[in-house]
Amino acid sequence: MSLSDITSERLIPAKGPPADGAAPALPPAPTPAAAAASDSERITVLEAGRAERNYWGDLWHYRELFAILAWRDVSVRYKQTVIGLLWAVIRPFLTMVVFTVVFGRLAGLPSDGGAPYPVLVFTGMLPWFLFSSILSEASGSLIGNANLISKVYFPRLVIPTAAAVVAVVDFLINFAMLVLIMAWTGFVPSWRVVWLPAFVLLAVLASLGPALLITALNVKYRDFRYIIPFLVQFGLYVSPVGFSSAVVPEAWRFLYSLNPVVGVIDGFRWCVIGEASRLYLPGFAASLVVVGVFLWLGVRYFRATERTFADMV
Amino acid sequence: MTADVVIRAEGLGKRYLIGHQAERERYTALRDVLARSLKGLTRSARDLIGGRQLIAGDEIEEFWALKDVNFEIRRGEVVGIIGRNGAGKSTLLKVLSRITEPSAGRVTIKGRVASLLEVGTGFHPELSGRENIYLNGAILGMSRAEIVRKFDEIVDFSGVEKFLDTPVKRYSSGMYVRLAFAVAAHLDPEILVVDEVLAVGDAEFQKKCLGKMGEIAGKGGRTVLFVSHALASISQLCQTAILLDSGHIQSIGATHDVLATYAANAGGQRAGFERSGPMPSHPHLRGAQILSIEKAALPEAGLKLTLAFEIETREQASVTFDIRILSSIGAAICVLLPLSEQGPLNFSLQPGRTIFNAAIRMPQLTTGEYIIGIDIVAVPGAHVEMNTEVLRFCIDDLLWNFKSRTVPSQYQIGNFVLSYDLCVNDWQCDGVG
Repeated sequence: MSLSDITSERLIPAKGPPADGAAPALPPAPTPAAAAASDSERITVLEAGRAERNYWGDLWHYRELFAILAWRDVSVRYKQTVIGLLWAVIRPFLTMVVFTVVFGRLAGLPSDGGAPYPVLVFTGMLPWFLFSSILSEASGSLIGNANLISKVYFPRLVIPTAAAVVAVVDFLINFAMLVLIMAWTGFVPSWRVVWLPAFVLLAVLASLGPALLITALNVKYRDFRYIIPFLVQFGLYVSPVGFSSAVVPEAWRFLYSLNPVVGVIDGFRWCVIGEASRLYLPGFAASLVVVGVFLWLGVRYFRATERTFADMV
Repeated sequence: MTADVVIRAEGLGKRYLIGHQAERERYTALRDVLARSLKGLTRSARDLIGGRQLIAGDEIEEFWALKDVNFEIRRGEVVGIIGRNGAGKSTLLKVLSRITEPSAGRVTIKGRVASLLEVGTGFHPELSGRENIYLNGAILGMSRAEIVRKFDEIVDFSGVEKFLDTPVKRYSSGMYVRLAFAVAAHLDPEILVVDEVLAVGDAEFQKKCLGKMGEIAGKGGRTVLFVSHALASISQLCQTAILLDSGHIQSIGATHDVLATYAANAGGQRAGFERSGPMPSHPHLRGAQILSIEKAALPEAGLKLTLAFEIETREQASVTFDIRILSSIGAAICVLLPLSEQGPLNFSLQPGRTIFNAAIRMPQLTTGEYIIGIDIVAVPGAHVEMNTEVLRFCIDDLLWNFKSRTVPSQYQIGNFVLSYDLCVNDWQCDGVG
């Protein structure tokens, strides 16, 4: 037997139904007390390599755990800090100031339409911070909750998604800042701002795909822990955060849009700044496809490996 | 099979891969080290591409923590799982509570399982006691409504109401554990899987927890699986028990029978204990054995314990001894000395081995495990040899159908030829001056 045979979890074929005589699988047993409690009659079969049949139903059942883990992460975030929530405000504000000065003043890059440069930067930074903090929060979450994973069962998808909620809360705080900045500069957003929630969802989905993939890989190979900070730092300059994506030469525009964040940021600007910030449709479609592929890949890989998480963390 | 079966395991197995380091050469050249790291790197790269786990070591071996385990558990049963360290108990619980996937076989479970493999899973040090009750409850599978309903009861049980709004990182470890267990004790699932978690907290709290466990088990329809090394609580709580030994089921059935098998097996491995190393010059204990534990008839109605022990000496010596009875955690209960009207009894021993046979009468002990220690005092020079844990025994039931058994320990010896018979209580010794 070769090594690859031994390590394959699926080496042992799933056994068929038990031999006759041992009676078929558990009969429904209609006890009067259990009439209301469908849970108590729920049958779970545990077997090597068996795909969970009611996985998504289970996920729904654990929604309260999701809520409480998210609440835990949010409430622990600024415990024992002096200025607490202010940290969520200071970071993006200073970044905005630096980017406005560097890209807007020193480099003299154009804004979209008549939008003030700080608004342009902020509409790029909002989705970027959402994306990057989901990526970093979620990708370390499984390792950070190793004690839970090795002691209690629940669909493991709960952990990275709950960790992402922290990023969404930060996003809401940042969004309030955007409103203040627009009021300060006297900029009135276009009516398309009603589409904003859709793009927030897109940003979440765009980050969740790679985040799930990396968090699952991180459980097995801790190398990925070092990739994330690098990716986040790198992405800030590769994505159109400090500048409008209109400054990218037309010939490179499509290739540039393969970065899923480009689609998200363009969408944000299209919503807030309006007509002047034209949505480059082929690129946007490409971004959507990339987001979809990553999400599918992430969920698939996560589901395939989550049964072995407890043995590996 | 009846409709009553809630857990059924068929041919269950769990395999782990473990790596071994190859024997290191005594002298290693830089070239060898480089070659080895390169080999390791290519292998990890191959594993990474193939999506396999990275295992440190040069050779990989598969290890079955559980193999071919079959059993059925009925609704409402309280099942104890026992076995030595590494027998697979915790792995079995992990598989049953869905934390890890079996590598072979299948388990069919009817109903929702809550597992309690650790007290205080998920407690966050920064959060207050109140917040942690909600957090821990949700992690253990309670709904929010359920926690709200039981909140006062949980706080009451834990006895930390004064510190509810203090972060748990400021708690004493005792308070922490009490709060954690209070949440766990109010878990009320159809199937409860509990690992050795009762071994925490002070004695009073332990008693409270055992009572709570019994209460959960006593409620109709609750199935409990319970791993413990505290055999007394197993025999107290469980009707059925499973004995695991290196991943296999060795015995399954009524608790009393399984515990007896466990005791017998453990003894089998330790039989014929010989004191190793050079023989000490002073008189010393070579071995001991409990011959019987009986309930004395009325009017005394106490306990009659007969035991034999062997003292070895190189040269002629005069010795005396004491026999101490200790509780399972080592607290002294009583000491028995061979005394006469004139003072302590001394026994003069010829070179070689001498066997003593002692019949001890004492008050009835409560159920539980006990330790016997035998100290040997050489009279000239007053050298004292302390043997704190020589024998173990267990009182399983002290009422009408009195049940007791000996628990094997390392000093057990077989085949006695009695040299001395003495009744420690009456301090009458035959053939001894």
